[in-house]
Amino acid sequence: MTAVAARETAAVEVVDLGTTSLRELNQRLHDLATSPGPHAWRIVNPNGAHAVACGLDADVEVEIDGHVGYYCAGMNKRATVRVHGNASTGLAENMMSGLVVVEGNASQSAGASGHGGLLVVRGDASARCGISMKGLDIVVGGSVGHMSAFMAQTGALVVCGDAGEALGDSIYEARLYVRGEVASLGADCIEKELHEEHRAQLASLLEVAEIDADVADFRRYGSARQLYNFKIDNAAAY
Amino acid sequence: MCGIVGLFAKSPEVEERLGMHLAAMLAQMNDRGPDSAGVAVYRDPAPSGSSKLTLFSADPREDWGGLARQLADVFGGAAEPRVRASHAVLVVETDAEDAEAWVRSNRPDLRVMSAGSAIEIYKETGLPREFVREFGLEDLQGTHALGHTRMATESRVTTEGSHPFSTGFDLCLVHNGSLSNHNRLRANLRREGIEFQTENDTEVAAGYLAWRMREGASLEEALESCLDDLDGFYTFAVGTKDGFAVLRDPIACKPAVLAETDDWVAMGSEWRAISVLPGSADARMWEPQPGVVYVWEKVAA
Repeated sequence: MTAVAARETAAVEVVDLGTTSLRELNQRLHDLATSPGPHAWRIVNPNGAHAVACGLDADVEVEIDGHVGYYCAGMNKRATVRVHGNASTGLAENMMSGLVVVEGNASQSAGASGHGGLLVVRGDASARCGISMKGLDIVVGGSVGHMSAFMAQTGALVVCGDAGEALGDSIYEARLYVRGEVASLGADCIEKELHEEHRAQLASLLEVAEIDADVADFRRYGSARQLYNFKIDNAAAY
Repeated sequence: MCGIVGLFAKSPEVEERLGMHLAAMLAQMNDRGPDSAGVAVYRDPAPSGSSKLTLFSADPREDWGGLARQLADVFGGAAEPRVRASHAVLVVETDAEDAEAWVRSNRPDLRVMSAGSAIEIYKETGLPREFVREFGLEDLQGTHALGHTRMATESRVTTEGSHPFSTGFDLCLVHNGSLSNHNRLRANLRREGIEFQTENDTEVAAGYLAWRMREGASLEEALESCLDDLDGFYTFAVGTKDGFAVLRDPIACKPAVLAETDDWVAMGSEWRAISVLPGSADARMWEPQPGVVYVWEKVAA
């Protein structure tokens, strides 16, 4: 039996937030960073609780059945967190690595200031998606709200639907790919040509996110580099 | 912070248990607003020619029966006051304007929380969970209701400074956010004859809506003009005799979620507040767009 097959047949650790306190759940998940424990977790009855599966640092898979409140999967490292529902404000905020997938919609500030990993929102994300992102990639199956990718530093934001007002305002070196309409571009954000390296990046992100979309339908947006002191010698830093 | 909830019944079952649902929603928003809580419930309309007042007395020994008899002597009728904690609802056999004017001039020590035909407003300082118990909200039936839990930022924590604020007959407002131009706006509205009872920013928004509607604007138009004239952060929920409306400012920092089933329409600052309703797991759920007015009203049969 391969390691993967062994994992699949291993028992899933089920935690009911209707009967277990959030603090107890998160403590058990945090303990996985230093001591071994179950690989697969299923959290039921989240009922919009805040900070569910926040601060993980372990190679585990956490499935959440239902809608979650603020800051779900915040600061995530290594773990895979899947929400079978909607997520409220600050989803995967300051994520470091790993994978966070929301099957429904996400409220404002999804992926805010994230450093790494991949965030997938299959529905719509709201205002300020990817605000100040610093290296994570975000793929949104639907649309994003106003001020998305505000001051985004690096990483990629892929939007399969439309983008709201002021996309990429004061943007640094993040790459924005939008398939639908952009209501307006923010200060210093411009449309840019889609080169081969961008097509490849886009194709790979869509594939990992399991979203079926044609790369040719997307437009790329990024910084005009007029608003911040961009020096070409420092390009490698981004 | 603050928390807002709203519930609009689409079925008799939900109308019958409106108070119970409202109490559960408010308790879920306890932590968003532990300073004070309040509700506006639309129920049991006064008979034609009569009106309904909700009054607050700071005196726990207030003789509500005596006041009801006084009102009956002046206007006729003999309705019993319905007392809930520091508040009482009185049905008066005259229109809301006369009834309110009489109380204001004859009992200036009392505070008129609401006036109209269906609205009842109850609000008090303290934890929302305790407010729900103290006022016995769970046995209330009604067509729709709004609720608020307050974490004060702009003015004192008092009963009067709690939400909802009445904005006119059968109208009320709850607010999550803070307004920055309320002082100037209050001065301007005072010149237009709008009265204010507190230094609270939300009361100014309530007064602004009352003024716009007095000048002929519809509820929807009045709310739309908020986008031009109010400076600050807000998610508003406005109760009317027939329903409620929701508006978020264009920056939309303050949260709101809406959900609908065949039995109800609900609004909450967070999903937690709505999750306690029957059938919520299968409800259609969405986030209201910034700067867009949403209105639900009972369709006349």
